[in-house]
Order: sequence, then structure tokens, then C-alpha cells
Amino acid sequence: MEPTAAPPSLDRRARFRAGLRAGVPYAVASFFLSLSFGVVARDAGLSSLAAIVMSAIVFAGSAQFAAVSIAAAGGGLAAAVTAAALMNSRFLPMGIALAPSLPGGPLKRAAQGQAVTDPSWALALGEGGRFDRWFMFGCTAVQYAAWQAGTIVGALGGDVFGDAERLGLDAVYPTFFLALLLAELRSRAARGVAALGALLALVLVPFTPPGVPVLVASLAAFAGLRRRAA
Amino acid sequence: MSTATVWTLVVLCAVVTVAIKGAGPLALGGRELPGWSGRVIALLAPALLAALVCTAALADGDELAIGADTAGVAVAGVLLWRGASIVVGVAVAALVTALLRAI
Repeated sequence: MEPTAAPPSLDRRARFRAGLRAGVPYAVASFFLSLSFGVVARDAGLSSLAAIVMSAIVFAGSAQFAAVSIAAAGGGLAAAVTAAALMNSRFLPMGIALAPSLPGGPLKRAAQGQAVTDPSWALALGEGGRFDRWFMFGCTAVQYAAWQAGTIVGALGGDVFGDAERLGLDAVYPTFFLALLLAELRSRAARGVAALGALLALVLVPFTPPGVPVLVASLAAFAGLRRRAA
Repeated sequence: MSTATVWTLVVLCAVVTVAIKGAGPLALGGRELPGWSGRVIALLAPALLAALVCTAALADGDELAIGADTAGVAVAGVLLWRGASIVVGVAVAALVTALLRAI
């Protein structure tokens, strides 16, 4: 049941549009991120078509960068796919959190779960851990369009751009997540958990494959429980 | 990489991504999570995002490394903290990093 008195379809459209609008700044940043992916993928030996198809069907920036850079460094197919899976592993807890907010049978819910991106998930999260799914769909839709556009420009125009690092494009990715993080740091509990998550991740970097530090850092969220009990 | 390897990589990455994004909703929907979970969920975002920022800006593979990109991200972080939009932040981060590498 929809919580408002407005007709559900109208309400959905309004929330979808609100999601689209909220997603625009992240979509612009996504464009530059995927542009750098297009350049990096071409440098790594992917054809333009392969880079573009990868963005279209994978649509997960950190996994795409990890897989391509490991494959390019001669790490092998298994290591590259494993790295992509580990980079994506944060979507497991995010999907578990989202699940109760999705209606329909298991397959329909799993299909809706594909719409999770870091910004859309974080922006759609409301009070009490409930998600506004139509808002999330809108937010993801505009990012998806930008992600494809950026990859196409980067993959086809790679020779014009030259080296992605020379252009500082590798700084785009952490800045993108930093902007999301700063929006989340309103409460003292959030700041404490963020510091703990960062510390956990940095301590693990030298000892684990890429992706694992971020997954383990998600455990820092449980520190929020202790704070309330105290 | 051979053409076959590249396409296998692309398809396998898509399969694992779809599986991971779908797993939680597939297994857990229709069921209410316990009351304490809402608070943990709300704090997942800062934990994951802080870890992503730090590993992306400070790690190079399995080594911790401070580079021009770290400085670019730091400058952008100050601007974002003071209310700049994400678009300005991203542009400044790339610009500062590129300038430092050009020197």
C-alpha cells in the first residue's frame, strides 16, 4: 500500500522524477568516471565495443576498473573476475538492507535490486531503514544514461584524451565517493562509524585482495548498535 | 588479452554483478528485518563509503601510496565540505591532480 492519498501511479511518477533530479549531479560525475573507464579499458587492450558493452551490462564502476586493471596487468581471468566480485561485495549488505522495501516475488525483487548504485541506494534510504524504490529507480536511470555516454566518449575518443592518469581522471573516482560520504556524516554516530570503517579498510589493504577491505569495513556499521545501548 | 578472453571477462563480470545485486532481494524480501537492523542499515553507507574513499585515494593494489591523486582528492574534499557541488569537486580533483603531475 502506498502511504499517501494521491493515486499510486501519479505518486510513483513524481518520486521517479524526484529521483531523476537528485541523480543529475551524480550522473555528471559518473560521465567523467566512465569516460576515464573507457580510456583505461582501451589502454588495457579492450576493443571500444567490449568497453562499451561492459559498461552496458556490468554497470558497476569499481568492479569494472578492478577487473580491467587486473586483467591488463596479467593477473588472469579468474583473478580479474574475483576482484570484480569482491569490489561488488558491498552490494550484498546493501541488497539485504533494501530487500524489505521491495514488493513482488523473489525474481521481481532480484530484478529491482539491479537498480542499486552507491548514490541511488544512499539517497533513497529514508528514516528507519526504509527505501523509496521509485526514487531509487529514477536516480539510477539518469546515472545509467550518463555511464553509457561517458564510456562511449572515452572508448571511441581514447586517442584524443591520451593517458587517463595524466589528465588526473583517477582522482575522479575517490572524489565521487567522498561527495556521497560527506552527505552521510550528519550524525555523530555516522562520523564515528565512518572513521572506524576507514581505519579497518586501511589496515587490511596490505594483507587482503582489493575489495575485501571495503567489505570488512561494512562491519563498522554494527558499532552503531553499541552506541545506542551505551 | 585475446578477444575471447576479453569477452569472457565482460560476460563473467556481468554475471557476478547481477548475482550479487540480486542475492539480498531474492533471498530476503517480503520478510521484515528485526528492529535493530534499521540503525545498522542507516550506518552501512558511511562505513562503506569511507572505506571506498580511503582505499581509492590511498591504496595502489595492496600497497598504501600517497600520490598526486591523493592531493587532488584532498583539495576537492575541502571544497565539498564547504558546500561545493559534486561536479565542481570532481573537476577540481582532476585538475589539481593533472597539474601536480605536469610539474
